[in-house]
Amino acid sequence: MIEMQGVYKTYPNGVTALNGLDTHIDQGEFVYVVGPSGAGKSTFIKLIFREEKPSKGSIFINDIDLASMKEKRIPKLRRKVGVVYQDFRLLPRMTVYENVAFALEVIEEHPANIRTRVMDVLDQVRLKNKARFIPDELSGGEQQRVSIARAIANRPRILIADEPTGNLDPETSWEIMHILEEINATGTTILMATHNREIVNTVKKRVIAIEDGMIVRDENRGDYGYEI
Amino acid sequence: MKFRTTGRHVKEGSKSVFRNGWMTVSAIGATTTTLLLVGVFLAVMLNLNEFASSIEEDIEVRVFIENTANEQQVDQLGEKMESIDNVASVEYSSKEEELEGLVDSLGDQGQAFELFEQTNPLNDVYIIDPTRPTAADSIASEVNNLNHVYEVDYGEEIVQRIFTFNDYARTIGLALIIGLVFTAIFLISNTVRITILARKKEIGIMKLVGATNSFIRWPFFIEGMLLGLLGSVIPIAALAGGYYYLYYYLRDSINFDFVQLLPFNPFIWQLSALILAIGVFIGIWGSVMSVRKFLKV
Repeated sequence: MIEMQGVYKTYPNGVTALNGLDTHIDQGEFVYVVGPSGAGKSTFIKLIFREEKPSKGSIFINDIDLASMKEKRIPKLRRKVGVVYQDFRLLPRMTVYENVAFALEVIEEHPANIRTRVMDVLDQVRLKNKARFIPDELSGGEQQRVSIARAIANRPRILIADEPTGNLDPETSWEIMHILEEINATGTTILMATHNREIVNTVKKRVIAIEDGMIVRDENRGDYGYEI
Repeated sequence: MKFRTTGRHVKEGSKSVFRNGWMTVSAIGATTTTLLLVGVFLAVMLNLNEFASSIEEDIEVRVFIENTANEQQVDQLGEKMESIDNVASVEYSSKEEELEGLVDSLGDQGQAFELFEQTNPLNDVYIIDPTRPTAADSIASEVNNLNHVYEVDYGEEIVQRIFTFNDYARTIGLALIIGLVFTAIFLISNTVRITILARKKEIGIMKLVGATNSFIRWPFFIEGMLLGLLGSVIPIAALAGGYYYLYYYLRDSINFDFVQLLPFNPFIWQLSALILAIGVFIGIWGSVMSVRKFLKV
Protein backbone atom coordinates (compact mmCIF):
# COMPACT_ATOMS: atom_id res chain seq x y z
CA MET A 1 0.00 0.00 0.00
CA ILE A 2 2.39 2.67 1.22
CA GLU A 3 6.01 1.64 0.99
CA MET A 4 8.94 3.94 1.80
CA GLN A 5 12.59 3.00 1.59
CA GLY A 6 15.61 5.11 2.46
CA VAL A 7 13.70 8.35 2.06
CA TYR A 8 15.66 11.56 2.47
CA LYS A 9 14.35 15.04 2.05
CA THR A 10 16.46 18.16 2.03
CA TYR A 11 14.74 21.44 1.22
CA PRO A 12 16.36 23.95 -1.12
CA ASN A 13 17.20 26.15 1.89
CA GLY A 14 19.40 23.39 3.27
CA VAL A 15 17.08 22.12 5.99
CA THR A 16 17.06 18.35 6.18
CA ALA A 17 13.59 17.17 7.11
CA LEU A 18 13.87 13.41 6.57
CA ASN A 19 16.97 11.40 7.19
CA GLY A 20 16.61 7.90 5.83
CA LEU A 21 13.10 6.75 6.55
CA ASP A 22 11.70 3.25 5.95
CA THR A 23 8.15 2.18 6.56
CA HIS A 24 5.35 0.05 5.29
CA ILE A 25 1.66 0.75 5.81
CA ASP A 26 -1.05 -1.69 4.75
CA GLN A 27 -4.40 -0.91 3.20
CA GLY A 28 -6.98 -0.25 5.89
CA GLU A 29 -4.57 0.63 8.68
CA PHE A 30 -5.07 3.55 11.04
CA VAL A 31 -1.74 5.13 11.87
CA TYR A 32 -0.90 7.99 14.22
CA VAL A 33 2.17 9.96 13.28
CA VAL A 34 3.61 11.64 16.37
CA GLY A 35 6.73 13.55 17.27
CA PRO A 36 7.92 17.01 18.24
CA SER A 37 7.22 19.98 15.99
CA GLY A 38 9.74 20.28 13.20
CA ALA A 39 10.73 16.61 13.42
CA GLY A 40 9.57 15.84 9.90
CA LYS A 41 5.94 14.79 10.39
CA SER A 42 4.59 17.27 7.89
CA THR A 43 7.19 16.41 5.29
CA PHE A 44 6.46 12.71 5.76
CA ILE A 45 2.81 13.38 5.11
CA LYS A 46 3.40 15.75 2.19
CA LEU A 47 5.44 13.08 0.43
CA ILE A 48 2.45 10.77 0.31
CA PHE A 49 0.33 13.05 -1.85
CA ARG A 50 3.31 14.35 -3.74
CA GLU A 51 3.22 17.87 -2.42
CA GLU A 52 6.92 17.24 -1.87
CA LYS A 53 9.30 14.99 -3.72
CA PRO A 54 11.94 12.91 -1.90
CA SER A 55 15.55 13.98 -2.45
CA LYS A 56 16.58 10.33 -2.27
CA GLY A 57 14.87 7.01 -1.73
CA SER A 58 11.71 5.42 -3.02
CA ILE A 59 8.03 5.82 -2.20
CA PHE A 60 5.40 3.56 -3.64
CA ILE A 61 1.67 3.99 -3.27
CA ASN A 62 -0.28 1.11 -4.77
CA ASP A 63 2.74 0.36 -6.93
CA ILE A 64 2.94 3.94 -8.24
CA ASP A 65 6.50 5.16 -7.89
CA LEU A 66 6.18 8.67 -6.49
CA ALA A 67 9.84 9.55 -6.81
CA SER A 68 9.96 9.13 -10.57
CA MET A 69 6.34 9.98 -11.24
CA LYS A 70 5.59 12.54 -13.96
CA GLU A 71 4.01 15.85 -12.94
CA LYS A 72 1.11 15.07 -15.20
CA ARG A 73 0.20 12.02 -13.16
CA ILE A 74 -0.06 13.90 -9.88
CA PRO A 75 -3.78 14.69 -10.21
CA LYS A 76 -4.48 10.98 -10.62
CA LEU A 77 -2.62 10.24 -7.39
CA ARG A 78 -4.40 13.01 -5.51
CA ARG A 79 -7.73 11.49 -6.42
CA LYS A 80 -6.69 8.42 -4.46
CA VAL A 81 -5.41 10.37 -1.47
CA GLY A 82 -7.72 12.68 0.49
CA VAL A 83 -6.21 15.38 2.68
CA VAL A 84 -7.56 17.16 5.76
CA TYR A 85 -5.74 20.10 7.32
CA GLN A 86 -5.69 21.69 10.74
CA ASP A 87 -7.00 24.95 9.24
CA PHE A 88 -9.80 23.29 7.20
CA ARG A 89 -9.05 25.19 3.96
CA LEU A 90 -12.65 25.73 2.96
CA LEU A 91 -13.69 28.29 0.39
CA PRO A 92 -15.38 31.02 2.43
CA ARG A 93 -17.80 32.25 -0.22
CA MET A 94 -19.23 28.85 -1.01
CA THR A 95 -21.82 26.94 0.96
CA VAL A 96 -21.06 23.65 2.63
CA TYR A 97 -22.70 21.84 -0.25
CA GLU A 98 -20.73 23.82 -2.83
CA ASN A 99 -17.45 23.27 -1.03
CA VAL A 100 -17.87 19.52 -1.22
CA ALA A 101 -19.33 19.57 -4.74
CA PHE A 102 -16.38 21.70 -5.88
CA ALA A 103 -14.02 18.80 -5.21
CA LEU A 104 -16.08 16.61 -7.50
CA GLU A 105 -16.62 19.26 -10.16
CA VAL A 106 -12.94 19.92 -10.61
CA ILE A 107 -12.20 16.26 -11.23
CA GLU A 108 -14.94 16.40 -13.87
CA GLU A 109 -17.31 14.01 -12.16
CA HIS A 110 -20.62 13.57 -13.94
CA PRO A 111 -23.07 16.22 -12.65
CA ALA A 112 -25.75 13.61 -12.05
CA ASN A 113 -23.48 11.81 -9.61
CA ILE A 114 -22.31 14.90 -7.81
CA ARG A 115 -25.55 15.69 -6.01
CA THR A 116 -26.08 12.22 -4.58
CA ARG A 117 -22.44 11.81 -3.65
CA VAL A 118 -22.30 15.19 -1.85
CA MET A 119 -25.42 14.40 0.15
CA ASP A 120 -23.99 10.98 1.00
CA VAL A 121 -20.74 12.28 2.40
CA LEU A 122 -22.47 15.13 4.22
CA ASP A 123 -24.66 12.48 5.80
CA GLN A 124 -21.56 10.54 6.75
CA VAL A 125 -20.15 13.52 8.65
CA ARG A 126 -23.64 14.35 9.97
CA LEU A 127 -23.95 17.74 8.33
CA LYS A 128 -26.76 17.07 5.88
CA ASN A 129 -28.93 19.66 7.62
CA LYS A 130 -26.27 22.37 7.23
CA ALA A 131 -25.68 21.97 3.50
CA ARG A 132 -26.77 25.53 2.75
CA PHE A 133 -24.65 27.21 5.42
CA ILE A 134 -21.42 29.00 4.63
CA PRO A 135 -18.29 28.02 6.59
CA ASP A 136 -18.37 31.15 8.78
CA GLU A 137 -21.74 30.13 10.16
CA LEU A 138 -20.36 26.82 11.41
CA SER A 139 -18.35 25.87 14.48
CA GLY A 140 -14.74 24.74 14.14
CA GLY A 141 -15.69 21.07 14.49
CA GLU A 142 -18.36 21.42 11.84
CA GLN A 143 -15.95 23.11 9.48
CA GLN A 144 -13.49 20.29 9.96
CA ARG A 145 -16.25 17.81 9.21
CA VAL A 146 -16.95 19.66 5.96
CA SER A 147 -13.29 19.38 5.03
CA ILE A 148 -13.38 15.66 5.83
CA ALA A 149 -16.47 15.29 3.66
CA ARG A 150 -14.65 17.04 0.86
CA ALA A 151 -11.58 14.85 1.29
CA ILE A 152 -13.54 11.60 1.07
CA ALA A 153 -15.96 12.76 -1.64
CA ASN A 154 -14.05 11.08 -4.45
CA ARG A 155 -13.59 7.87 -2.47
CA PRO A 156 -9.86 8.00 -1.80
CA ARG A 157 -8.02 4.85 -0.69
CA ILE A 158 -5.95 6.88 1.76
CA LEU A 159 -7.02 9.75 3.99
CA ILE A 160 -4.31 11.96 5.38
CA ALA A 161 -5.15 14.18 8.31
CA ASP A 162 -2.53 16.74 9.32
CA GLU A 163 -3.38 17.61 12.94
CA PRO A 164 -7.10 17.57 12.27
CA THR A 165 -7.90 18.35 15.88
CA GLY A 166 -5.19 20.96 16.34
CA ASN A 167 -7.61 23.89 16.37
CA LEU A 168 -10.45 22.18 18.19
CA ASP A 169 -11.55 21.79 21.80
CA PRO A 170 -11.35 18.30 23.37
CA GLU A 171 -14.99 17.44 22.93
CA THR A 172 -15.05 18.43 19.27
CA SER A 173 -11.80 16.60 18.74
CA TRP A 174 -13.48 13.38 19.84
CA GLU A 175 -16.27 13.99 17.37
CA ILE A 176 -13.73 14.25 14.55
CA MET A 177 -11.92 11.17 15.83
CA HIS A 178 -15.11 9.11 15.73
CA ILE A 179 -15.79 10.16 12.17
CA LEU A 180 -12.25 9.21 11.15
CA GLU A 181 -12.72 5.81 12.77
CA GLU A 182 -15.92 5.30 10.85
CA ILE A 183 -14.19 6.14 7.62
CA ASN A 184 -11.38 3.76 8.54
CA ALA A 185 -13.95 1.04 9.14
CA THR A 186 -14.96 1.23 5.48
CA GLY A 187 -11.45 0.19 4.48
CA THR A 188 -9.81 3.56 3.96
CA THR A 189 -6.23 3.83 5.20
CA ILE A 190 -5.86 6.73 7.62
CA LEU A 191 -2.68 8.58 8.48
CA MET A 192 -3.15 11.10 11.22
CA ALA A 193 -0.39 13.42 12.33
CA THR A 194 -1.30 14.59 15.80
CA HIS A 195 -0.22 16.15 19.08
CA ASN A 196 -3.35 14.92 20.82
CA ARG A 197 -2.00 12.70 23.56
CA GLU A 198 -5.40 11.84 24.98
CA ILE A 199 -6.75 10.48 21.73
CA VAL A 200 -3.63 8.47 20.92
CA ASN A 201 -3.56 6.92 24.37
CA THR A 202 -7.26 6.15 24.45
CA VAL A 203 -8.03 4.91 20.97
CA LYS A 204 -5.11 2.55 20.55
CA LYS A 205 -3.73 2.30 17.04
CA ARG A 206 -0.38 1.90 15.36
CA VAL A 207 1.95 4.77 16.34
CA ILE A 208 4.86 5.97 14.25
CA ALA A 209 7.09 8.43 16.08
CA ILE A 210 9.36 10.65 13.98
CA GLU A 211 12.31 12.52 15.46
CA ASP A 212 15.09 14.28 13.56
CA GLY A 213 13.73 12.95 10.28
CA MET A 214 13.84 9.29 11.32
CA ILE A 215 11.34 6.80 12.67
CA VAL A 216 12.38 6.24 16.28
CA ARG A 217 9.42 4.12 17.31
CA ASP A 218 6.81 2.08 15.47
CA GLU A 219 4.41 0.06 17.63
CA ASN A 220 0.99 -1.41 17.18
CA ARG A 221 -1.46 -0.16 19.80
CA GLY A 222 1.25 2.22 20.97
CA ASP A 223 1.23 5.23 23.30
CA TYR A 224 1.69 8.89 22.50
CA GLY A 225 4.90 8.72 24.49
CA TYR A 226 5.68 12.40 24.89
CA GLU A 227 5.10 14.66 27.85
CA ILE A 228 3.11 17.75 26.95
CA MET B 1 -11.36 18.97 -21.57
CA LYS B 2 -14.64 17.22 -21.33
CA PHE B 3 -17.41 18.92 -23.24
CA ARG B 4 -19.75 19.22 -20.29
CA THR B 5 -17.20 21.23 -18.34
CA THR B 6 -16.76 23.76 -21.15
CA GLY B 7 -19.71 25.69 -19.79
CA ARG B 8 -18.13 25.85 -16.37
CA HIS B 9 -14.85 27.20 -17.74
CA VAL B 10 -16.58 29.85 -19.84
CA LYS B 11 -18.69 30.87 -16.86
CA GLU B 12 -15.72 31.05 -14.51
CA GLY B 13 -13.61 32.91 -17.05
CA SER B 14 -16.22 35.54 -17.82
CA LYS B 15 -17.15 35.91 -14.16
CA SER B 16 -13.54 36.78 -13.51
CA VAL B 17 -13.60 39.48 -16.18
CA PHE B 18 -16.47 41.23 -14.41
CA ARG B 19 -15.33 40.53 -10.86
CA ASN B 20 -11.95 42.16 -11.41
CA GLY B 21 -13.46 45.54 -12.29
CA TRP B 22 -10.73 48.11 -12.66
CA MET B 23 -8.03 45.57 -13.32
CA THR B 24 -10.05 44.37 -16.28
CA VAL B 25 -10.49 47.94 -17.47
CA SER B 26 -6.76 48.57 -17.29
CA ALA B 27 -5.91 45.35 -19.09
CA ILE B 28 -8.41 46.10 -21.82
CA GLY B 29 -7.12 49.67 -21.99
CA ALA B 30 -3.60 48.43 -22.51
CA THR B 31 -4.70 46.04 -25.22
CA THR B 32 -6.81 48.72 -26.89
CA THR B 33 -3.94 51.18 -27.03
CA THR B 34 -1.55 48.55 -28.30
CA LEU B 35 -3.85 47.23 -30.94
CA LEU B 36 -4.75 50.72 -32.11
CA LEU B 37 -1.10 51.56 -32.66
CA VAL B 38 -0.35 48.15 -34.13
CA GLY B 39 -3.32 48.56 -36.46
CA VAL B 40 -2.20 51.97 -37.71
CA PHE B 41 1.33 50.67 -38.29
CA LEU B 42 0.02 47.62 -40.04
CA ALA B 43 -2.24 49.69 -42.30
CA VAL B 44 0.60 52.03 -43.22
CA MET B 45 3.09 49.21 -43.69
CA LEU B 46 0.84 47.04 -45.79
CA ASN B 47 0.00 49.97 -48.03
CA LEU B 48 3.65 50.92 -48.35
CA ASN B 49 4.46 47.35 -49.18
CA GLU B 50 1.83 47.24 -51.86
CA PHE B 51 3.05 50.55 -53.25
CA ALA B 52 6.64 49.37 -53.27
CA SER B 53 5.90 46.09 -54.97
CA SER B 54 3.79 47.79 -57.61
CA ILE B 55 6.77 50.00 -58.38
CA GLU B 56 9.07 47.03 -58.31
CA GLU B 57 6.94 45.31 -60.86
CA ASP B 58 7.19 48.28 -63.18
CA ILE B 59 10.95 48.27 -63.20
CA GLU B 60 12.45 47.88 -66.65
CA VAL B 61 15.92 48.50 -68.00
CA ARG B 62 15.97 50.87 -70.96
CA VAL B 63 18.96 50.48 -73.21
CA PHE B 64 19.53 53.44 -75.55
CA ILE B 65 21.27 52.36 -78.73
CA GLU B 66 23.95 54.49 -80.36
CA ASN B 67 22.55 56.25 -83.43
CA THR B 68 25.61 55.19 -85.41
CA ALA B 69 24.91 51.47 -85.07
CA ASN B 70 23.69 49.71 -88.22
CA GLU B 71 20.86 47.26 -88.39
CA GLN B 72 23.03 44.19 -88.08
CA GLN B 73 24.84 45.56 -85.04
CA VAL B 74 21.53 46.40 -83.40
CA ASP B 75 20.29 42.87 -83.96
CA GLN B 76 23.49 41.41 -82.51
CA LEU B 77 23.14 43.63 -79.45
CA GLY B 78 19.62 42.36 -78.92
CA GLU B 79 20.74 38.73 -79.09
CA LYS B 80 23.58 39.34 -76.66
CA MET B 81 21.23 40.95 -74.15
CA GLU B 82 18.84 38.05 -74.30
CA SER B 83 21.57 35.75 -73.07
CA ILE B 84 22.25 37.85 -69.93
CA ASP B 85 21.18 36.26 -66.63
CA ASN B 86 17.80 37.23 -65.18
CA VAL B 87 16.55 38.78 -68.38
CA ALA B 88 12.95 37.76 -68.92
CA SER B 89 12.38 39.48 -72.25
CA VAL B 90 13.94 42.03 -74.56
CA GLU B 91 11.76 44.27 -76.64
CA TYR B 92 12.81 46.62 -79.38
CA SER B 93 11.31 50.05 -79.71
CA SER B 94 12.32 52.34 -82.55
CA LYS B 95 12.92 56.06 -82.02
CA GLU B 96 9.67 56.82 -83.86
CA GLU B 97 7.73 54.65 -81.43
CA GLU B 98 9.56 56.31 -78.55
CA LEU B 99 8.58 59.77 -79.73
CA GLU B 100 5.00 58.68 -80.17
CA GLY B 101 4.99 57.31 -76.64
CA LEU B 102 6.46 60.52 -75.29
CA VAL B 103 3.91 62.65 -77.09
CA ASP B 104 1.07 60.47 -75.85
CA SER B 105 2.25 60.48 -72.25
CA LEU B 106 2.41 64.26 -72.14
CA GLY B 107 -1.08 64.75 -73.50
CA ASP B 108 -1.79 68.26 -74.79
CA GLN B 109 1.64 69.56 -73.95
CA GLY B 110 3.12 66.75 -76.01
CA GLN B 111 1.98 68.31 -79.21
CA ALA B 112 4.95 70.61 -79.00
CA PHE B 113 7.19 67.64 -79.65
CA GLU B 114 5.44 66.77 -82.88
CA LEU B 115 7.83 69.24 -84.46
CA PHE B 116 10.59 66.76 -83.96
CA GLU B 117 8.97 64.16 -86.16
CA GLN B 118 11.26 65.14 -89.03
CA THR B 119 14.53 65.21 -87.11
CA ASN B 120 13.93 62.81 -84.26
CA PRO B 121 16.55 63.42 -81.53
CA LEU B 122 15.70 60.24 -79.64
CA ASN B 123 17.50 56.91 -79.76
CA ASP B 124 16.25 53.49 -80.67
CA VAL B 125 15.70 51.56 -77.48
CA TYR B 126 15.75 48.03 -76.14
CA ILE B 127 13.47 47.52 -73.18
CA ILE B 128 14.58 44.71 -70.90
CA ASP B 129 12.16 43.15 -68.45
CA PRO B 130 14.13 41.56 -65.59
CA THR B 131 12.91 38.32 -64.01
CA ARG B 132 13.10 40.00 -60.59
CA PRO B 133 13.26 43.70 -59.76
CA THR B 134 16.50 43.54 -57.80
CA ALA B 135 18.33 42.10 -60.81
CA ALA B 136 17.93 45.39 -62.71
CA ASP B 137 21.18 46.69 -61.28
CA SER B 138 23.37 43.81 -62.44
CA ILE B 139 21.68 43.64 -65.83
CA ALA B 140 22.29 47.34 -66.34
CA SER B 141 25.98 47.09 -65.57
CA GLU B 142 26.43 44.12 -67.89
CA VAL B 143 24.62 45.83 -70.73
CA ASN B 144 26.82 48.88 -70.23
CA ASN B 145 29.83 46.84 -71.31
CA LEU B 146 28.31 45.85 -74.64
CA ASN B 147 29.10 47.66 -77.88
CA HIS B 148 26.81 50.26 -79.40
CA VAL B 149 25.12 51.04 -76.11
CA TYR B 150 24.68 54.77 -75.67
CA GLU B 151 23.13 54.76 -72.22
CA VAL B 152 21.37 52.46 -69.77
CA ASP B 153 18.63 53.67 -67.47
CA TYR B 154 16.40 51.93 -64.97
CA GLY B 155 15.60 54.84 -62.65
CA GLU B 156 18.17 53.60 -60.18
CA GLU B 157 18.08 56.56 -57.84
CA ILE B 158 14.38 56.46 -57.23
CA VAL B 159 14.33 52.70 -57.13
CA GLN B 160 17.13 52.52 -54.58
CA ARG B 161 15.54 55.19 -52.47
CA ILE B 162 12.23 53.38 -52.41
CA PHE B 163 13.90 50.09 -51.58
CA THR B 164 15.84 51.60 -48.68
CA PHE B 165 12.91 53.55 -47.35
CA ASN B 166 10.71 50.53 -47.53
CA ASP B 167 13.27 48.40 -45.74
CA TYR B 168 13.59 50.95 -42.94
CA ALA B 169 9.85 51.34 -42.63
CA ARG B 170 9.40 47.60 -42.48
CA THR B 171 12.07 47.07 -39.83
CA ILE B 172 11.05 49.96 -37.62
CA GLY B 173 7.38 49.14 -37.93
CA LEU B 174 7.96 45.51 -37.08
CA ALA B 175 10.15 46.40 -34.08
CA LEU B 176 7.50 48.80 -32.79
CA ILE B 177 4.74 46.25 -33.25
CA ILE B 178 6.66 43.54 -31.42
CA GLY B 179 7.57 45.94 -28.62
CA LEU B 180 3.97 47.01 -28.21
CA VAL B 181 2.69 43.46 -28.26
CA PHE B 182 5.08 42.47 -25.50
CA THR B 183 4.11 45.47 -23.41
CA ALA B 184 0.49 44.50 -23.68
CA ILE B 185 1.24 40.86 -22.82
CA PHE B 186 3.11 42.06 -19.76
CA LEU B 187 0.23 44.30 -18.65
CA ILE B 188 -2.33 41.56 -19.15
CA SER B 189 -0.25 39.00 -17.35
CA ASN B 190 0.08 41.40 -14.43
CA THR B 191 -3.65 41.91 -14.30
CA VAL B 192 -4.35 38.24 -14.38
CA ARG B 193 -1.67 37.59 -11.79
CA ILE B 194 -3.50 39.81 -9.36
CA THR B 195 -6.74 38.00 -10.03
CA ILE B 196 -4.95 34.72 -9.45
CA LEU B 197 -3.55 35.85 -6.11
CA ALA B 198 -7.13 36.35 -5.03
CA ARG B 199 -7.91 32.82 -6.13
CA LYS B 200 -4.77 31.18 -4.85
CA LYS B 201 -6.64 29.33 -2.13
CA GLU B 202 -9.15 28.05 -4.61
CA ILE B 203 -6.40 26.83 -6.92
CA GLY B 204 -4.65 25.18 -3.97
CA ILE B 205 -7.79 23.24 -3.11
CA MET B 206 -8.34 22.32 -6.73
CA LYS B 207 -4.87 20.85 -6.86
CA LEU B 208 -5.34 19.13 -3.53
CA VAL B 209 -8.38 17.22 -4.65
CA GLY B 210 -6.80 16.22 -7.94
CA ALA B 211 -7.87 18.76 -10.58
CA THR B 212 -5.61 18.60 -13.61
CA ASN B 213 -3.52 21.62 -14.55
CA SER B 214 -5.38 22.07 -17.77
CA PHE B 215 -8.67 22.10 -15.89
CA ILE B 216 -7.33 24.90 -13.70
CA ARG B 217 -5.89 26.75 -16.66
CA TRP B 218 -9.00 26.79 -18.83
CA PRO B 219 -10.90 29.60 -17.07
CA PHE B 220 -7.79 31.79 -17.22
CA PHE B 221 -7.36 30.92 -20.86
CA ILE B 222 -10.89 32.08 -21.49
CA GLU B 223 -10.47 35.17 -19.34
CA GLY B 224 -7.39 36.12 -21.37
CA MET B 225 -9.21 35.49 -24.59
CA LEU B 226 -12.10 37.71 -23.50
CA LEU B 227 -9.72 40.48 -22.46
CA GLY B 228 -8.12 40.28 -25.89
CA LEU B 229 -11.47 40.24 -27.67
CA LEU B 230 -12.80 43.21 -25.71
CA GLY B 231 -9.54 45.05 -26.23
CA SER B 232 -9.77 44.72 -29.99
CA VAL B 233 -13.29 46.13 -30.38
CA ILE B 234 -12.37 49.81 -30.28
CA PRO B 235 -9.23 49.49 -32.43
CA ILE B 236 -11.12 47.60 -35.12
CA ALA B 237 -13.94 50.12 -35.16
CA ALA B 238 -11.54 53.06 -35.23
CA LEU B 239 -9.39 51.57 -37.97
CA ALA B 240 -12.35 50.64 -40.10
CA GLY B 241 -13.84 54.11 -39.68
CA GLY B 242 -10.56 55.88 -40.29
CA TYR B 243 -9.68 53.85 -43.35
CA TYR B 244 -13.16 54.23 -44.75
CA TYR B 245 -12.86 58.01 -44.45
CA LEU B 246 -9.38 57.99 -45.94
CA TYR B 247 -10.32 55.70 -48.78
CA TYR B 248 -13.64 57.17 -49.84
CA TYR B 249 -13.43 60.85 -48.88
CA LEU B 250 -9.91 62.03 -48.44
CA ARG B 251 -8.72 60.28 -51.58
CA ASP B 252 -10.74 62.67 -53.71
CA SER B 253 -9.56 65.83 -52.04
CA ILE B 254 -5.86 64.96 -52.10
CA ASN B 255 -4.14 63.98 -55.28
CA PHE B 256 -3.39 60.33 -54.72
CA ASP B 257 -2.60 59.60 -58.30
CA PHE B 258 0.49 57.55 -57.87
CA VAL B 259 -0.18 56.19 -54.38
CA GLN B 260 -2.81 53.51 -54.75
CA LEU B 261 -4.46 52.65 -51.40
CA LEU B 262 -5.41 49.03 -50.91
CA PRO B 263 -9.14 48.73 -51.56
CA PHE B 264 -11.27 49.16 -48.42
CA ASN B 265 -12.93 45.83 -49.03
CA PRO B 266 -11.32 43.28 -48.45
CA PHE B 267 -8.34 45.05 -46.85
CA ILE B 268 -10.21 46.20 -43.75
CA TRP B 269 -11.57 42.70 -43.13
CA GLN B 270 -8.12 41.23 -43.33
CA LEU B 271 -6.75 43.92 -41.07
CA SER B 272 -9.57 43.41 -38.55
CA ALA B 273 -9.03 39.68 -38.51
CA LEU B 274 -5.34 40.26 -37.94
CA ILE B 275 -5.98 42.74 -35.09
CA LEU B 276 -8.44 40.35 -33.52
CA ALA B 277 -5.98 37.49 -33.78
CA ILE B 278 -3.19 39.58 -32.22
CA GLY B 279 -5.56 40.71 -29.44
CA VAL B 280 -6.63 37.19 -28.60
CA PHE B 281 -3.04 36.02 -28.77
CA ILE B 282 -1.91 38.79 -26.40
CA GLY B 283 -4.72 38.02 -23.99
CA ILE B 284 -4.24 34.28 -23.92
CA TRP B 285 -0.51 34.40 -23.71
CA GLY B 286 -0.47 37.04 -20.98
CA SER B 287 -3.00 35.14 -18.96
CA VAL B 288 -1.64 31.64 -19.37
CA MET B 289 1.88 32.88 -18.68
CA SER B 290 0.91 34.18 -15.27
CA VAL B 291 -1.01 31.04 -14.24
CA ARG B 292 1.94 28.84 -15.04
CA LYS B 293 3.90 29.47 -11.90
CA PHE B 294 0.88 28.91 -9.70
CA LEU B 295 0.48 25.44 -11.09
CA LYS B 296 3.75 24.15 -9.68
CA VAL B 297 3.23 21.59 -6.87
